[in-house]
Amino acid sequence: MAGAAPTPSPEAGGSDATYARLRRPLLAPTWTVIGVFLLLPVLLMVVYSFLTKEFRGGVEWDFTLAAYDQFFVTRGLFGDEPAQIEWTYITIFWRSIWQAGLATFLCLLIGFPTAWFIATRPEASRPIWLFLITIPYWVNLLIRTVSLRFILRDQGPMNDALIGLGVISQPLEILNTNLAVQLGLFYSYLPFMVLPIYAAVERYNFALSEAAADLGANRWRALFEVVLPVVRPGIVAGCILVFVPALGAFLAPDLLGGAKTFMIGSLIDEQFRGSQGNWPFGAAVSVILMTLVLIVLMIQARAAARAGQ
Amino acid sequence: MKRLLALTTLLATPAFAEGELKVYHWFEYIPQELVDKFTAETGITVTIDTYDSNEAMLASLKAGKLGQYDVAVPGDYMVEIMRGEGILGEYAPEEMPNFANIEPQWLDVPFDPGRKHSIPYQWGSTAFSVNRDVYQGDINSLGIIFNPPEELKGKINVLDSQGEVLALGSLYLGIPQCTTDREQLKALNDMLLAAKENWASFGSDIAKDVLVSGDAAAGMIYNGFSAKARAEGANVEYAFPKEGYVLWMDNMVLLKDAPNRDNAIKFMNFLLDPQNAAAVTNYAAYSPGVKGATEFLDAAIKDSPENNPPADQKGEFIIACDAETQALYDAIWTNLKK
Amino acid sequence: MKGVRHYPGFLAVTLLCLLVLYLPLTVVAAYSFNGSTSITTWGGFSLRWYADVFTGPEATRFGQAAWNSLTIAIIASTVSTVIATAAALAMIRSGRFRGKTASYALINLPLLVPEIVIAVATLIFFTTIGLTTGYLTILIAHITFCIPFAYLPIAARLSGIEGHYEQAARDLYASPWQAFRLILLPLLGPGILSGFLLAFIISLDDFIITNFVKGAGMETLPTAIFGSVKQGIKPNIMAISTMMLGVSVLFVSLSYLINRKGRPAR
Repeated sequence: MAGAAPTPSPEAGGSDATYARLRRPLLAPTWTVIGVFLLLPVLLMVVYSFLTKEFRGGVEWDFTLAAYDQFFVTRGLFGDEPAQIEWTYITIFWRSIWQAGLATFLCLLIGFPTAWFIATRPEASRPIWLFLITIPYWVNLLIRTVSLRFILRDQGPMNDALIGLGVISQPLEILNTNLAVQLGLFYSYLPFMVLPIYAAVERYNFALSEAAADLGANRWRALFEVVLPVVRPGIVAGCILVFVPALGAFLAPDLLGGAKTFMIGSLIDEQFRGSQGNWPFGAAVSVILMTLVLIVLMIQARAAARAGQ
Repeated sequence: MKRLLALTTLLATPAFAEGELKVYHWFEYIPQELVDKFTAETGITVTIDTYDSNEAMLASLKAGKLGQYDVAVPGDYMVEIMRGEGILGEYAPEEMPNFANIEPQWLDVPFDPGRKHSIPYQWGSTAFSVNRDVYQGDINSLGIIFNPPEELKGKINVLDSQGEVLALGSLYLGIPQCTTDREQLKALNDMLLAAKENWASFGSDIAKDVLVSGDAAAGMIYNGFSAKARAEGANVEYAFPKEGYVLWMDNMVLLKDAPNRDNAIKFMNFLLDPQNAAAVTNYAAYSPGVKGATEFLDAAIKDSPENNPPADQKGEFIIACDAETQALYDAIWTNLKK
Repeated sequence: MKGVRHYPGFLAVTLLCLLVLYLPLTVVAAYSFNGSTSITTWGGFSLRWYADVFTGPEATRFGQAAWNSLTIAIIASTVSTVIATAAALAMIRSGRFRGKTASYALINLPLLVPEIVIAVATLIFFTTIGLTTGYLTILIAHITFCIPFAYLPIAARLSGIEGHYEQAARDLYASPWQAFRLILLPLLGPGILSGFLLAFIISLDDFIITNFVKGAGMETLPTAIFGSVKQGIKPNIMAISTMMLGVSVLFVSLSYLINRKGRPAR
């Protein structure tokens, strides 16, 4: 991969004395806002995950590992069988990770060419294209998802059109399947892939591609070996912005997939806003989820830093 | 311009206001005209905040919003839960002249015996509806949902709500709610897992729309939603199954630490006036729990088949179980959706 | 030049992408003109739901909700974009430093925490410190969770800009502020615009967190829309959504006109 072209490091500019001096004031707003209004509350939630559940929501201040025990260990429906590994929640996690991963891949597959196309338009029209991508998101997610549901129906406009055109003879049964969930997640998060990639590609120096072409690489090889490494920060940013929210999403999976199975998002939601009202368990599931994602993010950040050296 | 004018009046009101009232309510569940009428009669400014589920309301009250609102509108089982949590205020019947208007059958309810914290707001039932174009057979049994005939398999939507699904499932099997009997709970668990194979989807918000659009040929549904589906042209029939159905009632409760308790009592009293209760019903299309309200109801609502269960078939309120028993039901639900 | 920029099929993918994005909106727009109360069966063309939005019983509340949503989204996305830009400068431009990893984790924290947890935790926190829920608490919460959405595109852009442009400017006696404003900021433009737009749509769409940290009488469009499911979604919601689309198109057209009057090229 490396070596086909001079690769500007992800930390191009590296250390700039001016910004190094201003580091504290520049980071202060972030630390203050997120530190006070999110980190403190979240730390409280981490504490909650180790407390005793109060029936119907709330906590009692008695330390216990019951929430984590519920996640990892099962003793049967009545709690009197020998302890075994509880696969229920691990399965839910695995399913959600798989769905979110697929959705991220789908967004990347469609989002990258779109971002590239926009970035190669005349400069004056680029913001218009960006707006075109974001305008649909002025309509609430619930309404968008309900409308998508309407389109995908067995007797819906999409099937009518496909049958009318003679593409298919029987209506496609998409609703309440994983495919519908994928489409829903894709539809929910597409701009979060397109915009960061656009921001990176717009900066791309096309002379690099020309150099690659001069050296005999065809355009696809140039794309994979020259372009992708350079615009990597944008792709990584897009993937994070799609994957992480998709992991906790429940509106698209529920409305389009038929809600026959829990996703992480709906499982946690059920503990706080649903009838199970088990705050410590909801907090524990969140802590496990946050830890997993944080580990992935840290590995990615390390890799990016190493690639930059 | 008209809106601007309305806004100015709204802002100007406190000048002659008798104080204010903070209502925690569902969105679009009380006609604005009625609120305006209350303000005109009493001079009390009403501020409404909204929630989208009983549990969300409870969670936000427990997370710190208690003390900000005077009244809320929880469902039956939630009244009992809130009572158990000690977050309801108490009133004496003498404080409300219209207290006597409460229909006798709704006076001594299991979730608030003798009505010390709440008044009836609207009531209805939860059962299921069937698209009569798809299935013409007998729909007098919950078996339509839990052990469906061939025509309906894979075309059923059930409510995405633990309470209703487990309660209707228990009714179907003829076992009591909040049972701790192992065999009965196992039977419920197994029956639901088998039934799920025949279900297309879980969805509450879409319960009406899937019937209207034809995505589902049968669906667990609230009676008012089914009436709306019928009004929108779907050939659906709402069933009152022989095993029983779920009865629900939304109630206005006085909250603990209500900042404007006196005004809250006035508002509750106002809603027990037959004409006002009927105004809510004409808007929400369920049933009032107030004597004499019937004569003010629109005929379409009064006579709708969904609002008039046959006399010989009984509904049951969902019971709020104790913590230990509830944990078993939670496990069954999680198991169903894992 | 044209050759290396053009990839066969990318135009087709872009059009497909736009088609997928806009197809459901045609349903929304169509059913806002539905004569019946259904969002699934057609009852003839009618403007009754538009009339309902402006003169119906809920008109004031819908109006207020739309106004709150828009102002909160604009303020929250602007503030969070500024905060995120500053953070990106420190993170990308100031080399290695102690606490860099921690800062990175902190910036992304709003992404990592499930929404409902943010909602409950924040509400508990606000009540603990004695902050009454209302417009301000919604605003604070929105600014907080918008930061990573603004940060990531800006940081991605910034890592692609070499430091020597500013260095050259400073060598020519530009102050650091001038170097930033005249050199770096324009180069950063597309990243900032992307970040701002993402923060904006995230704020505009938020339901779960807003639902918890809003106070009595405070409604935003999402809370109004989610709340109305008690009665089933009616075409009046479709009418409001269509009008929101109209407003956004108006914004875009205006910015296009302003843009055309501005500088033609870099």
